[in-house]
Amino acid sequence: MRTATRDRLFEAACLAAAMVLLAAMAGLLASLAWGGWPALHKAGLSFLTSDVWDPAHDIYGAAGPIFGTLATAVLAMLPALPLALGVAVFLTELCPPPVGRAIGIAVELLAAIPSIVYGMWGLFVLAPWFAAHVQMPILVAAQPGSLLDRLFASIPNGANICTASLILAVMVLPYMASIFSELLRSVPTHMREAAYGMGATSLEVLRFILLPFIKRSAVGAVMLGLGRALGETMAVTFIIGNAHGFPKSLFDSGSTIASTIANEFAEATGDLHASALMALGLVLFVITFTALSGARLLIGREIH
Amino acid sequence: MLRRDLALLRRRRLANGIFVALALLATGIALLALVLILGELVLKGLGGISAHVFLLDQPGPGEPGGLRNAIVGSALMCGLGMVLAVVTGVLAGTWLAEYGDGKRLASFVRFLNDVLLSAPSILMGLFVYEAVVRPLHGFSAGAGALALGFLATPVVTRTTEDMLRLQPHALREAGMALGAGKAHVICSIIWRASRSGLLTGALLGLARISGETAPLLFTSPGNPFLSLRIDQSMASLPTLMFQYALSAYDDWQALAWAGALLIAVAVLAANIIGRVLTRGSFDT
Repeated sequence: MRTATRDRLFEAACLAAAMVLLAAMAGLLASLAWGGWPALHKAGLSFLTSDVWDPAHDIYGAAGPIFGTLATAVLAMLPALPLALGVAVFLTELCPPPVGRAIGIAVELLAAIPSIVYGMWGLFVLAPWFAAHVQMPILVAAQPGSLLDRLFASIPNGANICTASLILAVMVLPYMASIFSELLRSVPTHMREAAYGMGATSLEVLRFILLPFIKRSAVGAVMLGLGRALGETMAVTFIIGNAHGFPKSLFDSGSTIASTIANEFAEATGDLHASALMALGLVLFVITFTALSGARLLIGREIH
Repeated sequence: MLRRDLALLRRRRLANGIFVALALLATGIALLALVLILGELVLKGLGGISAHVFLLDQPGPGEPGGLRNAIVGSALMCGLGMVLAVVTGVLAGTWLAEYGDGKRLASFVRFLNDVLLSAPSILMGLFVYEAVVRPLHGFSAGAGALALGFLATPVVTRTTEDMLRLQPHALREAGMALGAGKAHVICSIIWRASRSGLLTGALLGLARISGETAPLLFTSPGNPFLSLRIDQSMASLPTLMFQYALSAYDDWQALAWAGALLIAVAVLAANIIGRVLTRGSFDT
């Protein structure tokens, strides 16, 4: 074969492979829209606004799981953000590099643990502990009708929005910590040295030099963590309690889009039920892909 | 004046001390979580491991049994998925690194690939269900492998592109100077030079999919018997763990922990080997 022909064939093969990625994305969106159309068409806007999820009567309102998805992901960010920033600052700024590298690898191992293992750990270890040492004491202490009671009222079994968020926080922590670390390393050394030279403390260097420098990408890192938390399935399915409708308190059982799909798909007997789950998938697609593309635009290419 | 300065200094020192302590605490919490989870996994998992695990198929409640059908199924579906992911991912990554420069299509593909990297795996399962399982009227190991392959492809693509970009231009120029075509230069010089990097991509992709449960629920939810047929549903460790962990039987739960340990060991090994290999290629 002539070299020119072979070169052209090879380039075409590479291009075709790249197009597979485009096709996967397009296929994903198209199949979810196609599969979810019957349910969306029948329920209309009430699919998004109603929280009545009643497969027996073919009534599908997804507000419960949509709210659960957003609530658990946002709640997960509350502990994950300071923890990830703390880990990143400690690894890059405060401890000697060899120690930092070793701890960095250990933290990244957290990201390597499969989701279902987190789920089992959550179900068998975290939930019972949480029920006995957090939920019960609060239930005993709370006056009926008080603010405390309304915030934390629940059946003390450990399967709730709050524990699901805790698991999610641990799961997204390594991703966010590793991006924060890379961002901090990207700050030019002479800027740090200038600040230290003027007598600034580590805290002041972080506040006045490092954080302003990485601000934009750091917001991206949080959105990436949020995107991952929004779509996480198995860990949440094990521990969120899988109740339809709006959770009434922080310690109440709930559901997320992903957990609802994972739980009900096998039992989706009617066509409309399956279609409603596909429509849920479409909603999840829109939410996560908004978060993830925002994250990517903010973080930029150099950082993983 | 001096006293006020001293007070300010003390306050700044104190604030800094608290800050350092908090950063240390955060790291401690992350490490504690790792130790707690891995500890529990080893503790409960080792108890469930025996020769039966590898020699017998999944049991009914109260019967002796193991995970043989699930181990074989997982290996087969992940293997098939990886073939798909490596072929597509390496070629796509090559296009991005060697042909895509300056093209808008390339930056678009790169962007989508980065988004797909973190995409919820459950959506990939729904996609393959709608595109393959429903038209063919049945779950199959092939559909499962396809879903897993789609999940691993972005990882391989990304690593391939990064690795090829590390190769010096002189290498390409030297090949061209000898009269080799671009395809020849890429296949026999660039790919060979970044061998360990490409292998890393494959290992990271494998690590990404070997613990995946959600996409398999809709494509190949399980099979109580040892099956090697690609056109029928096949068991896998994660889906079996999902079923057994949520069951009420102690021996099923023990098997689920044993399966969890097996998967975690495989994923961690793939990750660590991948990391060691990359370190080598970054050094040279």
